[in-house]
Amino acid sequence: MDAQPQLDGPVVVKVEGLHKSFGQLEVLRGIDMEVRNGEVVVIFGRSGSGKSTLLRCINFLEEPTSGSIEVDGIRPAGGHRTRAVREQIRQLRMRCAMVFQEFNLFPHMTALGNVIEGPVTVKGMPRETAIPLGEHVLEMVGLADKRDEYPIRLSGGQKQRVAIARALAMEPKVILFDEPTSALDPELIGEVLAVMRSLATELHMTMIVVTHEMGFAREVAHRVAFFHEGRILEEGPAREILAAPASPETKRFLDAVL
Amino acid sequence: MRTEEAGAGRTARPPTGRRSGGLRERLELGTARIPFRVKLGLVWIGIFVVLGILFALARFDTPWLRQHYWFIFRGLPWTVAISVMAIALASILALLGALGRISKNSIAVGLTGFYTSFFRGTPLIVQMFLIYLALPQVGIALGGPWARTLTLDPLRAGVIALGLNYGAYMTEIFRAGIQSVGHGQSEAAESLGMTYRQKMRRIVLPQAVRVIIPPTGNEFIAMMKDSALVSFLGTVVAQMEIFRRAQLLGRRDFRPLEALLAAAVMYWVLTTVFQYFQGRLERRLSRGYVREVAGKPEVPPH
Repeated sequence: MDAQPQLDGPVVVKVEGLHKSFGQLEVLRGIDMEVRNGEVVVIFGRSGSGKSTLLRCINFLEEPTSGSIEVDGIRPAGGHRTRAVREQIRQLRMRCAMVFQEFNLFPHMTALGNVIEGPVTVKGMPRETAIPLGEHVLEMVGLADKRDEYPIRLSGGQKQRVAIARALAMEPKVILFDEPTSALDPELIGEVLAVMRSLATELHMTMIVVTHEMGFAREVAHRVAFFHEGRILEEGPAREILAAPASPETKRFLDAVL
Repeated sequence: MRTEEAGAGRTARPPTGRRSGGLRERLELGTARIPFRVKLGLVWIGIFVVLGILFALARFDTPWLRQHYWFIFRGLPWTVAISVMAIALASILALLGALGRISKNSIAVGLTGFYTSFFRGTPLIVQMFLIYLALPQVGIALGGPWARTLTLDPLRAGVIALGLNYGAYMTEIFRAGIQSVGHGQSEAAESLGMTYRQKMRRIVLPQAVRVIIPPTGNEFIAMMKDSALVSFLGTVVAQMEIFRRAQLLGRRDFRPLEALLAAAVMYWVLTTVFQYFQGRLERRLSRGYVREVAGKPEVPPH
């Protein structure tokens, strides 16, 4: 399938001069990135290269050391988290959903409960409205029949699909995927990737995906970015980069993964 | 040799009258075919028979007790009321204490640190008297409405002291419970855009409760027993709990054994009943954590 680059859409995520250090360790050393509406960007690179940290900074799960992050026009001020900054971050997060490597489903809620929790609690949506919405997004990930199951009774792949449905239910502008298939058994990876692919091709959802699944990158991503030691070493259309990487680092990594 | 005997004992009639082996071993062999539960029941019956004989020797006055037990029994609602009010207070304090202890705010950490240290480091009975007798002195010194506000009747002082004391211990229980909820849960809640309050109320505390309930149940049981200490503050007749009633009645009629034993049995029944309900609550709370439904183990689905 051929994904059409939509480089004319509005910019949804804008990262400028992002630095992040943990103590002495500088994990991100100046990241600049723009993601446009409907674009799928795959970030790849060795572990420890700062891929996950970038996603966590975009969602403000990590406080950037310097630089700015803007999602859908919202740019929280850095520094001390005053009440106003916390509210900005909250507004940003409502537009920027996250899917975690370890799913992080709420174990005390059913699949449907997990999915409608955000709309009901965060957006104040009435339950009567949220339930059909929740059923709809569960159907989109192929789990309509699991609506009343608790996470413990779901397989890893099903859990991650519920987590994707939970992200979708917030009707976000962008979904960040932090190694969504890395905690899964090999035979369960396909179902999760299939759901992600349908989000890209059918919903034209804006997605930033950190993954080692280069097949997914080649088929679905408009753009890929290779991370190396806290910087984007190489970036461009998926097919070009994966077929003919310019930097020897990228080539070495791709040879090892593919 | 031994193993052969044991094997024979399980299948055929146990060898009797054999002099080999001690009394304990012969007893085990002789009763090998009686189910464990039956033996357990016999032991309990034995205990009660021995105690019964002892009490009979002490001239246990059953008719007197039959006449007066109702007076002691009427203290039971007060024992329960004191404990419920105090555990409610303790739970609120423990929640605040736990949130304070894990916060990054120096004032909150300092306040909760002082609170838990003081109330865990001093005897409960001293705290009770401090609140009942010493607090009015502070109130009078402060003057104005404080003199009235800080002068508490025995029941209130007792409840507050129990609540403060147990709250200090339960702070650790609540803290451990809250911290037992994985960091990923917090992040998932935050990434949805939840505020701290929403995250705590909807995601963290409901999961922490599962960890908090069993030890809190134990605290409540201990509290029902410690509520007897309120007696020492001298509650008025209408509000007397079990122990105070038993003490006064036993002293008046020189029947300490009957009155105090009746009180003990009431406490015992009370705590046992509560333990049963606590077990049911725990099972209910494990929903979402246990794979089987209606006792049918399930193969993890794909």
